[in-house]
Amino acid sequence: MAEGTTERGGSAASAPPLLRLDGITKRFPGVLALDAVDFDLRAGEVHVLFGENGAGKSTMITTIAGAHRPDGGHIYFRGEPTELHSVHHARSLGISAVFQEFSLVPSLTVEQNLFLGEEITRGGFLDKRALHRRAEEILAELGFPLKATQRVAHLSRAEQQMVEIAKAFRSDLSVLILDEPTSSLTERETDRLFALIEQAKQNGVGIIYITHRMSEIRRIADRITVLRDGRYVATVDAESVTENRLLELMTGRQIDQVFPAIKFAPGETMLDVQNLTTGDGTVSDVSITVRAGEIVGLAGLVGSGKSEVARACFGVTPVESGRVVYDGDDCTGLSARRMLDRGFFYVPPDRRDEGLVMIRSVRENMTLPSLHLPHLSGRLFLRRRAEADLAKQLAKRLNLQPPSTERAVDHFSGGNQQKVLLAKSLAREVSFFVFDEPTVGVDVGTRVAIYEFIRDLCEAGAGVLLISSDLPEILHLTNRVYVMYRGEMRAELTGPEITEANVLGHFFEREAA
Amino acid sequence: MAVETEQGKKPAPRRNWLQIAFVRLGVLPFLLLIAVVVFTAMSDNFLTGRNIMNVLRQSTYLTMVAMGQMLALLTGGFDLSVGTIIALTSVVGATAMASMYAAYPDAAALCIVVGILAGLAAGSAVGAVNGIGVALFNVSPFMMTLGMASVGFGIALYMTGGVPVYGMPDAFGDIFGFGQFFGIPTPIYATLILILGMFVLLNWTRLGRYFYAVGGNIKASALSGINTRLSLFMAYLLCGAMAAVSGLLLTARLETGEANIGASMPLEAIAACVIGGVSLRGGIGRVGNVVLGAIFIGLIQNGMNLARIESYLQTVVIGVLLILAVIADQLRQRYIARLQD
Repeated sequence: MAEGTTERGGSAASAPPLLRLDGITKRFPGVLALDAVDFDLRAGEVHVLFGENGAGKSTMITTIAGAHRPDGGHIYFRGEPTELHSVHHARSLGISAVFQEFSLVPSLTVEQNLFLGEEITRGGFLDKRALHRRAEEILAELGFPLKATQRVAHLSRAEQQMVEIAKAFRSDLSVLILDEPTSSLTERETDRLFALIEQAKQNGVGIIYITHRMSEIRRIADRITVLRDGRYVATVDAESVTENRLLELMTGRQIDQVFPAIKFAPGETMLDVQNLTTGDGTVSDVSITVRAGEIVGLAGLVGSGKSEVARACFGVTPVESGRVVYDGDDCTGLSARRMLDRGFFYVPPDRRDEGLVMIRSVRENMTLPSLHLPHLSGRLFLRRRAEADLAKQLAKRLNLQPPSTERAVDHFSGGNQQKVLLAKSLAREVSFFVFDEPTVGVDVGTRVAIYEFIRDLCEAGAGVLLISSDLPEILHLTNRVYVMYRGEMRAELTGPEITEANVLGHFFEREAA
Repeated sequence: MAVETEQGKKPAPRRNWLQIAFVRLGVLPFLLLIAVVVFTAMSDNFLTGRNIMNVLRQSTYLTMVAMGQMLALLTGGFDLSVGTIIALTSVVGATAMASMYAAYPDAAALCIVVGILAGLAAGSAVGAVNGIGVALFNVSPFMMTLGMASVGFGIALYMTGGVPVYGMPDAFGDIFGFGQFFGIPTPIYATLILILGMFVLLNWTRLGRYFYAVGGNIKASALSGINTRLSLFMAYLLCGAMAAVSGLLLTARLETGEANIGASMPLEAIAACVIGGVSLRGGIGRVGNVVLGAIFIGLIQNGMNLARIESYLQTVVIGVLLILAVIADQLRQRYIARLQD
């Protein structure tokens, strides 16, 4: 935008900003989530909120969306002091939020969800025809390839995300809040979303955008406000700020490098998947090998079947044909427990959904896969002392914050939850690791820690399969990459061949044809 | 959140300590306090040593069932057939005991043992069928246990024709129903053993830990290499076995085998668990609190008897209490959510 780097505030332009927060404080029992935070949003800009998990971004946007009442400070909307009573009230002012956690009813159709709470009626009855027409108009306008009559339960996560976004666009918008909207979108869908954002900007909509991805900040941000520990740190111009400066502002310390240098020493073949086809049709005729002491990337779009390859090896997805040879033995179709006992560990992508038991303590989660092993359990009874010691030791090793292992996982920030998830693999002997999207929704500080964790494993001689939709991750951490497309193997790239253009090329190869 | 140390402690609102006590302890202490105060005011006989012992003895039957129920609840299900299990155990146990006693009047002890084993087997079998349905065929616990409740009750009635089963050795009732050691009734000893067993199971064994894990997140448990089906199966099997023990002790107290006992057990057992802070969504609950929850319900019933409240109205009170406990639990969840937001 026009002005140079403005640290804090910036001289107000002629018109008052669309939305201004003045000293907003939000306190939860035991935690000061927001501490006198200032923020302003102009019409027609994309304002990125940047900060580590637990910095207060979520609290801030839920406050703006009307879900929380602040304990102190004022909100000005179009220059008027405004109290937001509820989400409904905020929405009636044109403030709409798309949260990471969806507010969709799976058993209803797309159109029913789109107008949930604002159904079009005629004479007291639903005007289904008008509803259907409006829904199709909105979807067409947004360019989302969805059928209005489809049930949401049958949609993929990316498609559900589109419905959620469409919901925000259904009425007149003045402020649009997007919380990591691209985390489950494919490249093409992301492009589409960014085009929409551009269009919304033209219409004078102010957009608050939360992301951890540098590339997105580069692409769409106008200004960036950095929060740390619930406090306002700075507002900077997106054009003039460097990546390192942003990381510094966010973490309050210097970060030299996100990706560590890794010494690869490929040894014996550990995993040898031969012509694998899964029973659910997500993978067909895929062969990969992973050796000890290397990190092999498995790249591809969302839904390309890359997760399923690993899940089939781990005995979670049924194998229809082909063989999984691990450590020289045919392990096709072995159960998760058997694979674990052979030292094969799968770290799932969605920690809330299938990674962690959120309501139980850190200790119980860390030891869950290892509880039957002699160091944690005798013939009949658990060795609780040893378990507690182990948990504390792992918490220390991974720098869990706060280091209280008896707390429920739910009460930790996303990055620390991810650490607990990783710790599960350290509670037992593991020689082969599969990381499935290990850094989704994780702040940069934790990300660096996770990458170093993976590097250490590899350099200690473990075999690592890294499944990721995050391209830089694939490019910087692996020494060999397989690219999948729609359940099939597209390419294998080694060493210097691993470039952005090469990998991306295979992402879409046949789509154009 | 990362920041535990709060800077703004001074203006923290005063209402908080009550909220925090509520979140930490649940509804139970509050309810117990209210109940004791109210019933002490209503009846002079309530707060006497004898009556308290009476309450404890009467609560034992529910305590055992509630602990079994707790296992099903921990895994994210529930067991509506516990009442039927009690009835079936009673009928099968009494029939086996009585018919064997009629054939061998000199071998009373053996008859008692056989009767007890038969009863336990019958009750555990219902639990096993529940477990197979839920764990293997993915039938919802609601339908599975409701269906089995009907099946079991039908069998119990069919076996007896609705008539109580008489003819058990007197020693059975004398020892297990009315017996006392050092002034403490036998059922209380049995319950104490089971409480201890449950405590050890849930806190010191793998299976116990797996119950919590499976109820908390079954997918994460499966990916951690846990045999989730076996865990589910064991929960319902043990639930059936616990209800069967309760059924046998009740039979000893009544000195007859009855097909018509235990009808109110599913409700009361779930109520005891929920009041004791067991989450209906699974994964959370403590044995001690469940025992207190069961004793609380016994206390209410006893207090209402002393206060001469009609028995029909008593069931109304129990129902209302259950609903209130669930509402309180919801409120508590909301506070917890706020605490961690």
